[in-house]
Amino acid sequence: MPQLKYWQAINQAMAEELERDPATCLLGEDVGAAGGAFGASAKLQERFGEWRVRDTPISEATIVGAALGASMSGLRPIVEVMFFDFMAVAMDQVVNQAAKISFMSAGKYHAPMVVRTMAGTGRGTGPQHGQNLEGWLAHVPGLKVVWASEPADAKGLLKSAIRDDDPVVVIESLALWSRRGEVPEDPDHLVPIGRAAIRRAGRDVTVVSWGAAVHRALAAAAELEPEVDVEVVDLRSLSPLDREGLFASVEKTGRLVVVHEAVGSFGPGAEIASLAADECFDALRAPVRRVTPPFAPVPFPPQLEKAYFPQVTDIVAAVRDVTRRAA
Amino acid sequence: MSVSMEPESPGFVQLLTPEGEYVERSELSLDLTEDDHREFYRDLVLIRRIDTEATALQRQGELGLWAPLLGQEAAQVGSARALQAHDYVFPSYREHGVAWCRGVDPVELLRPFRGTSHGGWEPREKNFHLYTTSVGSQTLHATGYAMGVQRDGAESAVVVYFGDGAASQGDVNEAFTFASVFNAPVVFFCQNNQWAISEPLERQTRIPLHRRADGFGLPGVWVDGNDVLAVYAVTSWALRAAREGRGPTLIEAHTYRMGAHTTSDDPTRHRPAGELADWRLKDPIERVKSFLRKNRLAEADFFTAVEAESDDLADRIRKDCRDMADPEPLTLFDDVYAERHPLVEEERAKLADYLASFE
Ligand SMILES: Cc1ncc(C[n+]2csc(CCOP(=O)(O)OP(=O)(O)O)c2C)c(N)n1
Ligand SMILES: [Mg+2]
Repeated sequence: MPQLKYWQAINQAMAEELERDPATCLLGEDVGAAGGAFGASAKLQERFGEWRVRDTPISEATIVGAALGASMSGLRPIVEVMFFDFMAVAMDQVVNQAAKISFMSAGKYHAPMVVRTMAGTGRGTGPQHGQNLEGWLAHVPGLKVVWASEPADAKGLLKSAIRDDDPVVVIESLALWSRRGEVPEDPDHLVPIGRAAIRRAGRDVTVVSWGAAVHRALAAAAELEPEVDVEVVDLRSLSPLDREGLFASVEKTGRLVVVHEAVGSFGPGAEIASLAADECFDALRAPVRRVTPPFAPVPFPPQLEKAYFPQVTDIVAAVRDVTRRAA
Repeated sequence: MSVSMEPESPGFVQLLTPEGEYVERSELSLDLTEDDHREFYRDLVLIRRIDTEATALQRQGELGLWAPLLGQEAAQVGSARALQAHDYVFPSYREHGVAWCRGVDPVELLRPFRGTSHGGWEPREKNFHLYTTSVGSQTLHATGYAMGVQRDGAESAVVVYFGDGAASQGDVNEAFTFASVFNAPVVFFCQNNQWAISEPLERQTRIPLHRRADGFGLPGVWVDGNDVLAVYAVTSWALRAAREGRGPTLIEAHTYRMGAHTTSDDPTRHRPAGELADWRLKDPIERVKSFLRKNRLAEADFFTAVEAESDDLADRIRKDCRDMADPEPLTLFDDVYAERHPLVEEERAKLADYLASFE
């Protein structure tokens, strides 16, 4: 299998889907001749033309709203919002419009559109370019939300999202941009939305994560070996969430640590902890622990950023804590 | 310094040609001293030097990022020198020249780019707001701030800087509407530098940006942004209109981003060949130099002195940048709220305990 970088896998997914379905199109800022602010759409305009791969004015609300309109006219738009933080500019269109159209039109309309956006986390991008707001999105009925941690999933999830008839927000990680991995060449390589992946099987503790944090969970697991046998679950999809996969792992290990880069308070980890408490109460042998940034904005200074986002040592400490406490 | 200009003046406002010839305009009288002209030149040279130095520091790994202002010096100096100390400025992220004119220390300006601060400077001290990185959103803040000024009955005006790309944001267009409807004392200063990262002006508009003003019910002025005198003149006029209760103005300064969007961008990939060379002929500093020479407003020793001053400034920036202290980890929790928030304090204490466990 060929090795691709994370961004190349995204690029390949879009190229294949643009090739496959003439209704597919891409719009966003700098996605055309420049090939995207970080290269994800490199060469696509050259190949598919300016109509299908277009640079838009700098208007996120309109980019998303127009994509919704276009999707109602039979197109299947992929839009790019350059940084996750700028989803906030488009939130009315995402939350009140795209997420609601199927429900309010009694299924007469769907919104087969994809909003790709990128978390700048971990690159010194600060309070307005470094946030993780997946909890906002997964909270909204009508949206699907996915986040790949590996190049193969970056391709497979994006392709599934493009073929999906509902609005899907695909979150990408700048921190993983150059990460290499084997990526299937199969033009129908689809990663199902709503299915988690076990990245490392283990018996003692389940560590659930997604995006770039998965790799820190894996590093923590390696560090804890052989003292603690950690199972690392990469959620891949926040909505829908793979409850069966989550419960099966927790039933097996009896201990759960959730690691994410979104702020902890009212964050996605709370939802996961609550689900586990509801469904796996008898199996749980320790309280569920969350490893998240504190309740503060993302800082600019690199040393502060390091203290802010969960590091391997924080995950190791949390895993040790739940193992110690176990009955 | 004082200026008068009739709002009806048609077309493109230019007072100093690229060759440094002064163009008389009957509707526009500039009342500047010889010193004022020399000061303009000094500002232009020094901010270009600050910018060049910061770009170099980024290349050496001392800054995480830099957004160069190269080419936009006159638009920034001309507009900022028209301000009074009590006026308030909302910049985007490239207004290093405006910051300089407001008296913000260039080293403070580097702080967010070096990652030693979330903001950089004390915005109220110099009436120069923090940089805004959500493109265009500062136009809303400027409008609201101007409404506050209006309520106070103050003689102040507000200026907000934004780009040609930002002009496509809903925020900016809604700011025009608000400011116009409420007659807010705000000057919308658009530096049309022809590019928004890789997107040319044609991707943002089909008519010149200043003509949009008409539709919103405010005057639109088109000025040569590489001509410090013309920018000074039109901004002075717009500020006076704001102060005198005649409401907002949109100024479009026609200029050019001669450098990269930021140090992470390579402009040669999208810029048509020859474009940069054409704009070099319209350099904002060269024309002032020619003007000073032709009119015998400055001799060789003046130019040498400015050069020496810029070398000293560069030395100081390099040194002070490297000496900047890294903030303590616990400052992460400072100022999240105006008052103490229990959760923030709890997490501050947790991190403090954790850090103490290493001692
Ligand atoms: C809301 C938002 N969308 C996108 C971006 C990414 N971005 C940063 S600068 C920029 C271009 C802005 O161009 P312009 O307004 O012309 O200002 P210039 O950079 O030319 O000074 C873009 C798209 C952003 N920072 N904020
Ligand atoms: Mg621009």
